[in-house]
Amino acid sequence: MSPEHWTRPAHPANETDDVRTEPPAATAAKPTREQVIAGLRATSEGGADLVQLLTPEGQRVSHPDFDIDFTAEQLRDLYRDMVLVRRFDREGNALQRQGQLGIWVPLLGQEAAQVGAGRAMRPRDMAFPSYREHGVAWCRGLDPTELLGIFRGTDHGSWDPLSTGFHLYTIVIGNQALNATGYAMGQKFDGKVGDDDGEATMVFFGDGATSQGDVHEAMVWGSVYDAPLVLFCQNNQWAISEPLERQTRVPLYRRAEGYGFPGIRVDGNDVLASLAVSQWALDECRHGNGPVLIEAFTYRMDAHTTTDDPTRYRLTDELEAWKLKDPIERLRVHLVREHDAGQDFFDDVQAESDALAARFRDFCFAMPEPDPSRIFSEVYAEESPVVAAQRDEQLRYLDGFAEPAQGGAH
Amino acid sequence: MAAPAMERTDVGDGSTGRSAVQTVTMAKSLNLAMRSALESDPKVLVMGEDVGKLGGVFRVTDGLQKDFGEHRVLGTPLAESGIIGTAVGLAIRGYRPVCEIQFDGFIFPGYDQIVSQLAKLHFRSQGKVTMSVVVRVPFGGGIGAVEHHSESPESLFAHVAGVKVVACSNPADAYWMLRQAIACDDPVLFFEPKRRYYEKAELDTEAQPPPLFTSRVLRRGSAATIATYGPTVHTCLAAASAAAEEGTELEVVDLRSLSPLDLEPVFESVRRTGRLVLASEAPAESSVTSEIAARVQQECFYSLEAPVLRVTGFDVPYPPTKLEKHYLPDLDRVLDAVDRSLAF
Repeated sequence: MSPEHWTRPAHPANETDDVRTEPPAATAAKPTREQVIAGLRATSEGGADLVQLLTPEGQRVSHPDFDIDFTAEQLRDLYRDMVLVRRFDREGNALQRQGQLGIWVPLLGQEAAQVGAGRAMRPRDMAFPSYREHGVAWCRGLDPTELLGIFRGTDHGSWDPLSTGFHLYTIVIGNQALNATGYAMGQKFDGKVGDDDGEATMVFFGDGATSQGDVHEAMVWGSVYDAPLVLFCQNNQWAISEPLERQTRVPLYRRAEGYGFPGIRVDGNDVLASLAVSQWALDECRHGNGPVLIEAFTYRMDAHTTTDDPTRYRLTDELEAWKLKDPIERLRVHLVREHDAGQDFFDDVQAESDALAARFRDFCFAMPEPDPSRIFSEVYAEESPVVAAQRDEQLRYLDGFAEPAQGGAH
Repeated sequence: MAAPAMERTDVGDGSTGRSAVQTVTMAKSLNLAMRSALESDPKVLVMGEDVGKLGGVFRVTDGLQKDFGEHRVLGTPLAESGIIGTAVGLAIRGYRPVCEIQFDGFIFPGYDQIVSQLAKLHFRSQGKVTMSVVVRVPFGGGIGAVEHHSESPESLFAHVAGVKVVACSNPADAYWMLRQAIACDDPVLFFEPKRRYYEKAELDTEAQPPPLFTSRVLRRGSAATIATYGPTVHTCLAAASAAAEEGTELEVVDLRSLSPLDLEPVFESVRRTGRLVLASEAPAESSVTSEIAARVQQECFYSLEAPVLRVTGFDVPYPPTKLEKHYLPDLDRVLDAVDRSLAF
């Protein structure tokens, strides 16, 4: 059974005519054993329309619409990307556990979706992330240490969105979908759409965000303005503790039809498919045929954030089922079986990831406290006299605690 | 206000005549300001529901789409978060969107994008992203409209760090303040008193306007100070004229900028008069007028001869139109507050 065949909960209404004090039947209904199994399958099977180029067993399969050739070098690069991204993600998680970060947002399990999408983008394209897109950040050329400030509390994002082509992390769910749409409209108004050299925008959001009005409005705006916009939804099955069935009654990729543009479901744990579909979608946008909705069918293997406890709301079996679909492992098997990748290659990637993790950790420990004046700087492009007066007063106050200068007579 | 000696032509509404001094409605002034901005900067866009062929529900954008095209004047889908949210993205791309919200009470679906993104991106990006967006909001009551069409939500935005909030009160200010707001690199919430849209006054398009974020003394007087903004400026000026007939000279300050507030002219005035009456259509509690009252007692404590008094709307949802005459501050309520201040 695929998600397309989800069953609605049976309503045990009309069983008796007794006057009841229980809650309404729709919420009181307990799922049957079959429904529990169907739910499990719904979160682990992408259905017949899932675009896949690499099976969980590492077998290369073809697809009539999205088959592209990858060189052995490209495959190794994608593997390396995913291993490095996973490594600094795990290091971020560990640093939070050690009290070095206030919070971390793990991406474990979503490396293929993000690296595939990120590597499909060109330098002049623009990415609008939510807050879990560490893998996309990596592909846009950000040093992972640039992500640390947000979680250590020293800044709200220190990178330059315009020069990196990677907008700041957006925490309010779905806001970035509209911001991305506006940016993509700007690309179109600038005449940067229409041929192979065209530009495109890719916006990242989760399955939970699809319930937000902003994501709906982004699809309306994107559609009626023919914006070069790829809406990349990482359906990781859970919006913190709320399952996908609390967000939708139809598979998410099918929503696109209602807005008048293509929707595609890709195996989000297959980096090759993610890249191929993203490349196709971006090309469509470059040529003026956007928007496109991509639903990357994947799974969040860790908590929503380090403050979350997924053992309260999801079954261990579900996680175990998804471990068998691990995005890194399937490419590793493929490289060994089909491309003669030897232990040296894997050792090299391992060593590189160890070095990255060490550098990431050291950078975190060494991050300086921001200067108190930062509270008041860049609030406005044209300084506000109100903020300036508050800044001056606060800095004067802090100066009162400064040690008096040494010198003079003893 | 002394205007320089120039040829004067009453061009009225709908005219495309160009002379430095014209007598125009506020709606026309705003239209001229957007027209001028669209002409001088190809990155300026006008966007909102019905701003195209209809010219906006108040006709403030009349003719702009016809002259500048659908890619400069965007009649958008009907969703306020979408209007503000896409304007944020366009600003990131280097555009200068001027958004129109049809009525004050409709801005709330866009509040999230204003507060969460528009107000914060410059700070969050440490100045790397500039949010040059203007959000035009027709506000205030007195037009006999159904609910959600007569509100004064400006204090909600004045409380938000990262956006600037201004309110115009006459055609000349409407023109210059909007031009300056569009040129400003910060997001500006631009409140337009809708019941004054069709009142006419002189506009000099070659004048040297005061800076945008400043207040302005409109009438000199020594008995008491009235500080106000937007639709109640006209009311307070009328009250001052009535008081003058009885020998009481009131000073009237048009605040113009609500965030940041330019209170030096108010402080200076209160130090002379010793009395301050604040007038606004907005509910009183935790409002712009509350802020001014607090700051005036902080700065002018020893000059005050009477407590700061306020004449405002009430802390209730905006009432049905048959009751709005009791809700809106009118000339008599303003004068009653002045009398109470003078009686101290």
